[in-house]
Amino acid sequence: MAGIAVSTTINGDAVEYLCQPDETLLDVLRDRLGLTGAKEGCGTGDCGACSVIVDGRLVCSCLVLGAEAEGRKVETIEGMAHGDQLHPLQQKFLEHAALQCGICTPGFLIAAKDLLEKNPSPTEEEIRFGLAGNLCRCTGYDKIVRAVQDAANVMKGA
Amino acid sequence: MRYIRPLSIEDAVGELAKAVGPAAILAGGSDLLVRMKGGFIEPELIVDIKAIGGLADIAETADGFRIGAAVPCAVLGENKALRKAWPGVVEAANLIGSKQVQGRCTITGNLCNASPAADSVPALVAAAAQAVVAGPSGKRTIAVEAVPTGPGRTSLAKGEMIEAILLDKRPEHAGDAYLRFIPRTEMDIAVVSAGVNLTLDEKGAIKTARVALGAAAPTVLLVEEAGQVLIGSKLDEETLERLAKICAGACRPIDDKRGTIEFRRKVAGVLAQRAATTAYKRAGGK
Repeated sequence: MAGIAVSTTINGDAVEYLCQPDETLLDVLRDRLGLTGAKEGCGTGDCGACSVIVDGRLVCSCLVLGAEAEGRKVETIEGMAHGDQLHPLQQKFLEHAALQCGICTPGFLIAAKDLLEKNPSPTEEEIRFGLAGNLCRCTGYDKIVRAVQDAANVMKGA
Repeated sequence: MRYIRPLSIEDAVGELAKAVGPAAILAGGSDLLVRMKGGFIEPELIVDIKAIGGLADIAETADGFRIGAAVPCAVLGENKALRKAWPGVVEAANLIGSKQVQGRCTITGNLCNASPAADSVPALVAAAAQAVVAGPSGKRTIAVEAVPTGPGRTSLAKGEMIEAILLDKRPEHAGDAYLRFIPRTEMDIAVVSAGVNLTLDEKGAIKTARVALGAAAPTVLLVEEAGQVLIGSKLDEETLERLAKICAGACRPIDDKRGTIEFRRKVAGVLAQRAATTAYKRAGGK
């Protein structure tokens, strides 16, 4: 089967691929394009490990079909750092040890980036509600929330 | 399986009507893809409706609002005019899922998924919202409560799809509200819920009232008697007591791990009281 031809933009680069009609964007990113930063946790939109941004909207890539990316702009964790220069959120996650096993981390970083772009000065409660779609079984969330607060302060000063 | 992205309602309806096997409409996909993944549905045709003109927009018309079937719930929350006119509908729509799900899920999808616990549906029923149904034989406009007929079932015929939800323009002194009970603070499915929509007269007495309950029966319930009891009142304690009693009596809930029949009846009444109180305040009542 040839599949559906899709032209899209991923992290600023024009990308073309063929995919099957039932293939999710997550499967396309990981298995066809080698972008394995987005993780499959649940595959049903509950855990947020596959979070990406499509046309400025935070979504679970497991709940988007690969074919739907036609003509869209997709941002993944692979586009977050600029070369060796980490995004402030990535830097603060390291400094606060806001990760242990790391599976949820790409999703948290993308979701936190989206949160801070829409609300540069979130309260702790807004951070917790804003990241409620991302599950972490290791950290207990406190370190993640502190890292996001710290990154928000850095980004406001920048 | 085929995936198509028609550019017009006519093309979408035509494809749905002539589909041989199971066909599914894709807007946000937050129910559809989960059901496909779980093996509950294996569509032979997926019709992505997001490229159809107007379906991704909220239009403010002379009559009120027209919310396209492909508008994500997050966009409802970002629309100031809609938030001001119908805060109960918007708060209900914005309770569905996470930020990630909000960017995709739609109120039309919530309605057509036909879950008795759908958050936006009691608010839409209370708001007397209407659905514009397009089909092979043309268009018709029906009350939203006429869409779900049971868990996972709708009254839509083969080839039919909802293209928009209509909400009336608000008169002065009007307010609505939606509340649900969940054992957590977010990211959960309603154990029971209530939507209330009120308009008041110049003196603050309730002129019209609609009360709807979610997760209390096989479909979302419009409790007409509950609306009637509020009319003429200023939500005194006795009226609120009667409201709770009527709502508890109207429920036909199931007993399950999420809540017992007794619990759901009791909480339905309490939520109706609280939603009515909020709607009354929003309408400017004191």
